[in-house]
Amino acid sequence: MSVAPLAEPEVLVPASEEEAIAAFGDGTGVTVLGGGTILMPELAAGRLKPEKTILLARAGLDEWRDEGGTTRIGAAVSVGALVDAPEPLASAARHVADYEVRSQGTLGGNLCAGPGRGFPRGDLQAPLIALDAYVRSAGAGGERTEPVERFLSTSPGNRLVVQVEFETRDRLGGWAALERPHAHSYTALSVAATISPSGSDLRVACSGAGPYAVRLRSVEQGGLDGDPGEALRDVHLTDDALASAWYRERMLPVLVGRVLSQLKEAG
Amino acid sequence: MSLIINGAEYELASPPLTSLLNVLREEVGLLSPKAGCQQGGCGTCTVLIDGEPRRACLTPLGAIEGAAITTVEGLGDPRNLSPVQAAFHEHYAAQCGFCTPGMMMAATGLLARRPDATRDDVLEALAGHFCRCTGYVKIVDAVLSAAAGRVDTTRPEPEAEPGEPSVVIPGSPA
Repeated sequence: MSVAPLAEPEVLVPASEEEAIAAFGDGTGVTVLGGGTILMPELAAGRLKPEKTILLARAGLDEWRDEGGTTRIGAAVSVGALVDAPEPLASAARHVADYEVRSQGTLGGNLCAGPGRGFPRGDLQAPLIALDAYVRSAGAGGERTEPVERFLSTSPGNRLVVQVEFETRDRLGGWAALERPHAHSYTALSVAATISPSGSDLRVACSGAGPYAVRLRSVEQGGLDGDPGEALRDVHLTDDALASAWYRERMLPVLVGRVLSQLKEAG
Repeated sequence: MSLIINGAEYELASPPLTSLLNVLREEVGLLSPKAGCQQGGCGTCTVLIDGEPRRACLTPLGAIEGAAITTVEGLGDPRNLSPVQAAFHEHYAAQCGFCTPGMMMAATGLLARRPDATRDDVLEALAGHFCRCTGYVKIVDAVLSAAAGRVDTTRPEPEAEPGEPSVVIPGSPA
């Protein structure tokens, strides 16, 4: 009996954005490795055996540009670098894990991060929704640019995030979260919000109340003096390894209230 | 694939998705980066990649072609310790020693980017490094001592007492 050799998994290291997009194709069977903070443990444990992997480290997706009133941040910019981003993105980035993990984790990876084994991830998703950010991604059907909120609702794991962009506007930002059990826990619940200096265009979102972050439109409609408890209309809370639905139901209005207070005081 | 490890160039045969931790320990034979949790959570595999502290267990070889890697073995030697090594020695900042390599590399990275590090800076820099023995007090004191330059890096290596075996453990910080 002859034994066929096991095929070596394909690993590509694209040297440009164009090469990365071409290598990703329609995304079928492709694993994208940005900083490695999520995927490397899966590889080490043998839970992930990718046939084709793209390493983004050399793809030139780590540029950050402010031009023409728009902030454009490449998918491979580290979470650590985002501590210099506009609020509330900066506060959320500052609270992710520790210095080294922040320096390795990337914006694109955090944006695509679906729920882990029993808990939601993606601490930066809510701040990006609050900033009215758009995602430029590639995959089946070609490139497209869409609001973060829509991107998160349409299988973000099947897309290659290229860049995130938002208007560089003079907005006030607020952020509040439950304290993490230890440095490397994901945030069980966090709320991010922005508002214009004139007090209009309130945008509020939360991470940790579902697989991906969600926008809290009911809170936005009530304005800064509205009832924080309205947030519960926009979420479907479940139990997971980080917190129970019962706990989140009681804490979400508290966090919303804190963020609205931050915005009122800042204004 | 090639890396410059503690100043020497290595041609490596490990596949590109191999973690830097496994490359260092299993192919190169450097044992100071410890295989702890292997999911980025404990900090003991931390090394310097191009001068910046990074988790070796989270870093695939293929992403760092040509990078300069520094491990504890590249910091100093028993007769000429680095400031951080000397401070850990003076403050008895190691007990079982398992977390010590990661603590030292994180501290070395901190002092490189912030030589006048404050206590808060040290706490922030070591926040992801877990020690289950010392309780952190001596470790934080050691890093602050190194930041203040209050260390003697040139002490002679302690000689074994009569009858005491002279044991040198590769990768040992002391």
